[in-house]
Amino acid sequence: MATVALALEALDISKRFGARWALSRLSFTLEAGRSLLLTGHNGSGKTTLLRLIATASFPTAGVLKVMGLHSQNEREALRPLVGLVSHASFHYEDLSAAQNLTLTAKFLGLEQPASVVTGLLDRMGLLARADSPVRQFSAGMRKRLAIARLLMRAPKVALLDEPFGELDPAGIAQMEGLIQELQGQGTSVVLATHLVEQGQRLTQERLHLEGGRKVAPT
Amino acid sequence: MKRPSLLGAAWLVLKKDWQIEWRTRARLTAIIFFSLATLLLFSFAMGPDIVTLRAHAPGYLWLGLLFASVLSLGESFRVEAENQALTGLVLTPVEPRAIFIGKVLGNASLLFVLSLVLLPVAVALYDVDLGRDPLSLVLVLFLGCVGISAPGTVYSAISANARARDVMLPLLLFPVLVPLLLAAVSATKFTLQPDPQEQLGSWLKLLTAFDLIYLSVGFLLFPKVAEED
Repeated sequence: MATVALALEALDISKRFGARWALSRLSFTLEAGRSLLLTGHNGSGKTTLLRLIATASFPTAGVLKVMGLHSQNEREALRPLVGLVSHASFHYEDLSAAQNLTLTAKFLGLEQPASVVTGLLDRMGLLARADSPVRQFSAGMRKRLAIARLLMRAPKVALLDEPFGELDPAGIAQMEGLIQELQGQGTSVVLATHLVEQGQRLTQERLHLEGGRKVAPT
Repeated sequence: MKRPSLLGAAWLVLKKDWQIEWRTRARLTAIIFFSLATLLLFSFAMGPDIVTLRAHAPGYLWLGLLFASVLSLGESFRVEAENQALTGLVLTPVEPRAIFIGKVLGNASLLFVLSLVLLPVAVALYDVDLGRDPLSLVLVLFLGCVGISAPGTVYSAISANARARDVMLPLLLFPVLVPLLLAAVSATKFTLQPDPQEQLGSWLKLLTAFDLIYLSVGFLLFPKVAEED
């Protein structure tokens, strides 16, 4: 019997912040190439789970494997495979959009970073503001820049935390197209959103959280 | 696609810090005016006795640098805390030790520039003679700035997300820097004033040892600081 490659494998994972358990004994799997819709009310643990998968933080208990790699013990090997678009944009406010992306490109060791950056900024509709500091950007423009950064990384697992927030209708349509494009390249997308119908259109699996626990969606 | 080496990544972090500083010039401007005001206040507090001022000039110079370093180090990690940029670097992924090396060099270079700006001010206010042993003086300033920046980079990263970060950084940093301050002030004194017992070499060795110890400790500890549990 052929074994199915797993993009995500959570075995009884929990995460505690002080006295509060943000995630509690959560287990689930996601096959490589399939996408997951993550739903739940504010504070249900969606962002915490995405940060655990991204290796920005680690489980207090349990084992989390991403693309078969232990999220804590093998994080150096795992990090290049995972991309996160979060509420925090990870950008330097005083650098321009182009400088921020160029910095990432150089850290990734991309050849000809300037042409890659120009191409991505053009694609995300930010080329005219390439030299403006991010501090002057609107929330929607920051989101577009964060998506450009994700695309540059070409991850195997893309984690999108409320990707439609702050985007205008054209931006939302573009985001849907980008998610489908990533999926077409074999990327597993984990999509956390309150827009359930839209999310279900774009994903095959669903995980609903309440109080940090996995529950059946109502 | 070839990722940069540890030193290559540290160089990129350093260049990034210089780019941010060049775009805003906020940090350098603030610490220059702050330390100028500090040196001026010491001068007023001690009165017009030029002999006393000259004798205490090395102490005033290093206290000015030390106080300014708190502003500089705090700002250095404020930009990393904004938008969780430090987390973004770690996830890119950039080796946390490369971030440490780059940040130490960035902080030290800024303080070193400040120290060079303060030298002519010390001449004007305290009538010190920079011509006695200028090369040793520059070496002392460089070693002292690295010595402040090595533990300062670790502590400013620790305190960047703390509630009372402005208070926490000097509380953590100043006790650690007592040996460095002692060595830097003494070494500076022997580059500006006669050194009949040739003590400068000993103080330079102490400064170098302090730098190496705290660079090593920071290099080992920084990954724990840069990454969440």
